[in-house]
Amino acid sequence: MSLLLPETGLLFWMLLTFGIVVFVLAKFGFPIIVKMVEERKQYIDESLLVAQQAHDELQNVKAESEEIVKNARIEQVRLINESSNARNAMIQDAKDKATLEARKIIEDARLQIQEEKMEAIRDIRRQVAELSVEIAEKVLREKLDNKNEQMDMINRLIDEINISKS
Amino acid sequence: MKYLYKILILLAFALLSSNSIFAVESSQPNDKAKPLNVRDFILEHIADSYEWHITTFNDKQIAIPLPVIVHSSITGWHVFLSSELHQQHPYGLFIPSDGKFKGKIVEKDASGVEVRPLDLSVTKVALSLIISGILLIIIIMSVAKSYRNGVYESKKGFVGFMELLIMNIHDDVIKPAVGEKYRHFAPYLLTLFFFVFVNNLLGLIPLFPGGANVTGNIAITFGLAVITFLLVNVFGTKEYWREILWPDVPLWLKVPVPLMPLIELVGIFSKPFALMIRLFANMLAGHSIVLGLTSLIFVTVSMGVAMNTSMTIVSVLFSVFIGFVEILVAYIQAYIFVMLSAVFIGLAQVKSHHNQ
Repeated sequence: MSLLLPETGLLFWMLLTFGIVVFVLAKFGFPIIVKMVEERKQYIDESLLVAQQAHDELQNVKAESEEIVKNARIEQVRLINESSNARNAMIQDAKDKATLEARKIIEDARLQIQEEKMEAIRDIRRQVAELSVEIAEKVLREKLDNKNEQMDMINRLIDEINISKS
Repeated sequence: MKYLYKILILLAFALLSSNSIFAVESSQPNDKAKPLNVRDFILEHIADSYEWHITTFNDKQIAIPLPVIVHSSITGWHVFLSSELHQQHPYGLFIPSDGKFKGKIVEKDASGVEVRPLDLSVTKVALSLIISGILLIIIIMSVAKSYRNGVYESKKGFVGFMELLIMNIHDDVIKPAVGEKYRHFAPYLLTLFFFVFVNNLLGLIPLFPGGANVTGNIAITFGLAVITFLLVNVFGTKEYWREILWPDVPLWLKVPVPLMPLIELVGIFSKPFALMIRLFANMLAGHSIVLGLTSLIFVTVSMGVAMNTSMTIVSVLFSVFIGFVEILVAYIQAYIFVMLSAVFIGLAQVKSHHNQ
């Protein structure tokens, strides 16, 4: 059967054609396609990995920010409490001081009033004394115009002194 | 479904009318004409030829003449067009219609015996090979060109489809079958796949650039098998040769009669031989079935109009069906050829497993 016998001429053309096709495609065709596809595959894999990492990081950042916000809230509450405490303390302090001051002022004023009162009393006393002395002088000057009267007076005074001495 | 029925019925009527006309016309002058010899008809179509016969119109052969290149041991090199062979016998070369060298160019030597010169003619199959080779280079290079821009993007359309095919063969066949060194063999195996596939598909197209029975020609599959054979054995590891020449079997199987090495040696040749026969037989069978179904129409002409009509319908339906099957076979055979080549290459890449 000629069907089962390879023809020399055909084999020659076959090897030539196939050889050229293999040379061209195995050098300039398939390696480029395969290389590019594999690189692209790697690129996609890496990109997916990076995206996953970014996603994870984002989650972390979210969690972190939530943590920060929570801490800030706590801090805020703490600060508010602290400041209100401080304010209260300050107010209390100021009140105390004011009370103290007021008391002191009142005390001073009272003392001053006391002193002035005493002064006034002293002044009045002195004036009263002066006045009485003057009055007494005037009374005495009128009364002691005559000698008897003067003597009576002197005796009375001496008596009085004696009485007060004894 | 409705449309399909309509189309089929229309098709059947069209065929019916044209065939009955043909039958009527041909039955009158053809009373003496010999009936169609199906065997010769099929063998003629699946065999190689020196010209590309397209059709016979009004008893006139319409064919593309192809260059004949022969080196006669008597008269030396001759190059001429095959159309010259019809009119005269140029340089004493002719095509015998019978005998041992039927359909091949022969010459008569000094003693009058028909001998074949060295025949490097660009025959139908050779031209089809060259066309498909050029087509394949154009297709793959245009695909490769769209990858040269260095941009990582997903390809669409034809390039995407080719990428799917290429990467399927590369990742699912070559990589696991060849093993570690697949990178060295991948370009060859990919080219092999597409070469076989394109030739298979071209063979299914009945019009000019296709229709030649390329991969169903033993010379083609022989050539491919020889290349695979060389790759397997030239790049085979030491361990591969040791397993052939001194396999791990009981000593009496190796000495004094080298029984196992002999079997292994036969195996070296039987593997590519199986490759060669498988592709050849499958493609040959496909072409034969289509041709046989087509000749059914012409064979049944003499059996009356009713028989001829029904057989025509059957023939067309079956041809369509076989056409679809052949598309599948074109892919499967290319796939299997490459897969087995890859497996054989992979088997020859064995590493010593004695150290384990």
